[in-house]
This record gives sequence, structure tokens and C-alpha cells, in this order.
Amino acid sequence: MSEQEFLQPRRRTEEQSQELPQAAATTQDFNVDDLLDDIDSILEENASSFVQGFVQKGGQ
Amino acid sequence: MTVRRGIGLETEFGIIDADDPRANPIVLSTEVVDTYGGRGSAAGGAGAIRWDYHGEDPLNDARGYRLDRASAHPSQLTDDPDTPAPPGDATELQSIRRPSDEELALPRASNAVLTNGARLYVDHAHPEYSSPEVSNPREAILWDRAGDMIAVEAMDLLKDSGRNLVIYKNNVDGKGATYGSHENYLMDRDVEFSDIVRYLTPFFVTRPILCGTGRLGLGQQSQKPGFQISQRADYVENDVGLETTFNRPIINTRDEPHSEADLYRRLHVINGDANQFDVSNLLKVGTTSLVLWLLESGRLPLSLDSAMMFEPVRASWEVSHDPTLTRKVDMQDGSQRTAIEIQQIYLDSILEALGDDDVDFDTREILDIWQETLDMLSTDLFAASGRVEWIAKYQMLDSLRQRTGGSWDNDKLRAFDLQWHDLRPERSIVNRLDQAGRVERVFHPEQVMWATRNAPESTRAYLRGGLIRRFAENVMAAGWDGITLDVPGYDSLVRIPLMHPERATRKLVGDMLEQAESVEDFLVRLTSA
Repeated sequence: MSEQEFLQPRRRTEEQSQELPQAAATTQDFNVDDLLDDIDSILEENASSFVQGFVQKGGQ
Repeated sequence: MTVRRGIGLETEFGIIDADDPRANPIVLSTEVVDTYGGRGSAAGGAGAIRWDYHGEDPLNDARGYRLDRASAHPSQLTDDPDTPAPPGDATELQSIRRPSDEELALPRASNAVLTNGARLYVDHAHPEYSSPEVSNPREAILWDRAGDMIAVEAMDLLKDSGRNLVIYKNNVDGKGATYGSHENYLMDRDVEFSDIVRYLTPFFVTRPILCGTGRLGLGQQSQKPGFQISQRADYVENDVGLETTFNRPIINTRDEPHSEADLYRRLHVINGDANQFDVSNLLKVGTTSLVLWLLESGRLPLSLDSAMMFEPVRASWEVSHDPTLTRKVDMQDGSQRTAIEIQQIYLDSILEALGDDDVDFDTREILDIWQETLDMLSTDLFAASGRVEWIAKYQMLDSLRQRTGGSWDNDKLRAFDLQWHDLRPERSIVNRLDQAGRVERVFHPEQVMWATRNAPESTRAYLRGGLIRRFAENVMAAGWDGITLDVPGYDSLVRIPLMHPERATRKLVGDMLEQAESVEDFLVRLTSA
């Protein structure tokens, strides 16, 4: 390690981007895309304002 | 060995007014409960049935003390009817003074007790559905789904009055607030609470791999883009504790049995997610019931000690933040194990304790599905997308992400994550998957509809629901451990204590309930039985 690298703050594991599962197209016996096309018609039109407006109080 | 025991599930729903995002949620929740209580098909038809608060004791801690009321945070005071928060045998009737007109006129927290034995009420700014007591995991998920159907009916009734309220079966708003789906398990009082803490902790930390509902964003404010397995995991801050609204623990110590305290403990579990997938819900409840059996059996194998974790609270977050299920948790014995391995240790311990004993159908079903699902998680994650809710959600979200530019930090994905839990059939994403045959169902809609109106037959919920169904106008109040009746001509009210959840079943009281011509006739039959 060069001195430059040595003096950089250590990155904690949490700050690295997440490793996430890859869905291989061949393992899927149905077409997720077709389903998404269907679902697209019922999705909220204005996603941002819907998300912004979804506020709840804390419960148990 | 059996998965059968007293079980009840309670869900706090999310709620918004589609026409006014800043509406007061307490007001909205009250509208939902009052509307259903007045006109809902399971409400009894004589106006919303009051809650009977006799026997509520939320400040009692299983570790052997009672929190002083003045020291309690207001959100812990769930037993005061004026402040919404946040008989031994059925035949030993009690005489209760009739309330005065002034007392009856006092404002009270919105509540409705239903003909299926459930309770619909306002809890901490959420409409909450508390299922009737059942006696096995299958029944638990049937009467839990009934609550979803009741929520839909409430929304329809409100729509008739021009109100566009939307109810969500989820646990977070993505901005820091969380609300619970709690499970309640009746277990032997003999089991040491310290054993419950020790042996359930690693189980609860890893259970979400089977039944989490998935969540976009990591951290309590969803500040880091990504996807995680459990809605509730980031809000775990403590290993053991009484609190449910802050400093949430893995093991909740609330000791409020609503039954004979010498015999029963009601274990109150707060870290599950609000499931819509039948098999996820069945696994959540069934596997837990089996672990409790193991504790009660006295046959704890030594091998279970290898499941003990070094830092369970941290492990809760780590497990949830790793949808690849490959992250290894630091264990007390110095080793590192994945969540799948830890769940397998529990299943193997149960099988070891079982030995050659026979099991009933319900138990065999849970054992088989548990092993099958763990195998799928190890070898082919997406094969489980019909049964494990977070996997189905992840699959859809990942595809949506690829369509919309590739980032997890996207409002379209956030909206999808929320809408997954929208209970309106025409907007529900889960319903679309269901219609496309992508969700493994244990019950079909007709059965769920039946359970909205009819109580379980194997517990005291049967009498509660049945009295409301037959004599709603005479039920003054109903609670978990008793029902107060108003008999015409009597000076006092009559209370039937129900301190044993497994009594007052259809077998014991069904005939007299159906044959009675009046509530007084029923009481006569009950006391002369």
C-alpha cells in the first residue's frame, strides 16, 4: 500500500454498495416483464408525490 | 410434538386519505373503525361492540416486576379506555354495575368486536385488526387474512360516503415510522423466561429469511439505497425489553396473559412483517410454534447451543441487509454461520427431539415446508418466489429497476414497494400476482370470506363471536377474557369470565348458543350445564 492509500480513511463494510441476487433469465419459468407490463397500468401515476405523501405515525 | 397451541395475530395497518395526504391518521383510523363497526357485515348489526377492559395489564413485565405507571412512556398505557394509545370458568358469572347514562356518554376509543371474534380498533394512530384466538398456524393465517378482507369492506363502505381512504398492510412509511404485526403464542408458564430469551433470539434474528416482506432502502429513514429482506429489522435496537414503540427488542417481555396467569404465558412477538403471502405467514407462525414446543418439551438438544450469536441486534440488521443469504453472522462459539444454517440448526434440533414420535398433519406440513423452503433458499432462490414474500417483491423490483435506468434510488421503485401492500383489490400488486397464479395459496377467497363472519370453533373466540352474531343488542362489551351482557329486566349487567382460551368452544357451548331463544335463555342453559 502506498502512503497515499494508507492515509485514506478505512471504508466500513456498510458503506460499500450492496451485493444483490441476480435473477438469471433461464431460471424463471414465467415472464416477469409481462407481469410488470400488466402491473404498470395500476401503478400510481405520480410516484414522487405519492411516496412523499405516504407518512405514518409510529405504532407498536 | 405439535404446532397446535393458542395463537392470535394483530396487525396495525397503514392509512392515508388519497384526497388529503396531511389528514390526521387518528381521525382516519377512527373513521375506519366506526364505519365498519356501524355497518360492516361482521359487526353484529346493533352498533359497534365496546371493548371490555377488565384484565388489561400492559405494564407487567415477564421478568417479574410491574412498571410503575408514572414511569411508563404514554405509548405503553394501552389499557385506559379514555385515552386511546397509544371465572375461573364460563359458568361463574359476575355481576357488574350498570353504567350511568353519563358514563355511557363519555367519549371512548373507537372499537368494534366482530362476529368472527376479532377486534377492530384504533391503536397509536393506526386501524388495528386483532384476530380471534385460534388453535393452530393454519387457522391463524386464515383469520389474519380475514382482517384484510374486512379492511377492504371498510374502504368500500367509506367510498360510498365519498371518502377515499386507503389501507396498507405494511410496517414502515420509508421515512422513519414503523408499526407492527404482532404474534401471540400461548405457552406453558413453566418455561423459564431466560430460556425463552436465549433460545428464541437467534431464531427471530434469522426467521425473516422465510417470511420477511422485503423493503426498499436500508436504515431507519431508508437513507441508503438498496433492498432488504425485512421491513422491521432496522428498528430492532435492544435484545430484551418491555417497550414496543421505541427501543424495540428482539424479545418482548410484556406479560399480559388475558387468561389464568398460573397456567399460561402469552408470548408477544413484535418483529414479524405484515404478510400477504400465505406460505410466508404459515412458516412465520408454524416454525415459531415448533420452537416453543421444543422449549416446553424439555428435550432441548445441546446442538442448539451452536446457534447462539455474538451480537443479535447487529445480526438482525446484517441478515436483513443481505438478500444473497450468504452473509455469515459471528457466533458465540467463535464460528460464523449464515442465516440459513442457523435456521437449519433449529429445524434439526426439533427433528432430533421428535425422534420416532408421530406427528399430526398440521405439524408434518410445517416441518416439510420449512425444510423445502430452506433447500430452495440454498440452491435456487427464485424458485421460492411463490411462497417467500420478499423474494417475490425483490424479483419484481429488480426488473422494474432495470427498466427505469438501473438505480435503486428511484421513486418509481419506492411507490411500487408501498403499493405492494395496498389492500384495494384493483390496486394491489399482490392481487395481480395472485391472479397470474404466482402466489402459493393455502386458502381460497371463499374460505377467507367465511372467516370474516365466523369465529374459530376451537377457542373461546367461538362464544364471543357467537354471542355477537346472535344477540348483538345484548352485548354491552366483549374482551379477550370475558363478555358483559345486558339482560332485559336485570338490575345489573352479567359478565361471563373466559379465563381459559381453550374452553367455551363450539363443542362446549355451540348447541346451547344456537338453541337459546334469548340471551337470558342462553345464560340459564350455560349455568345449568
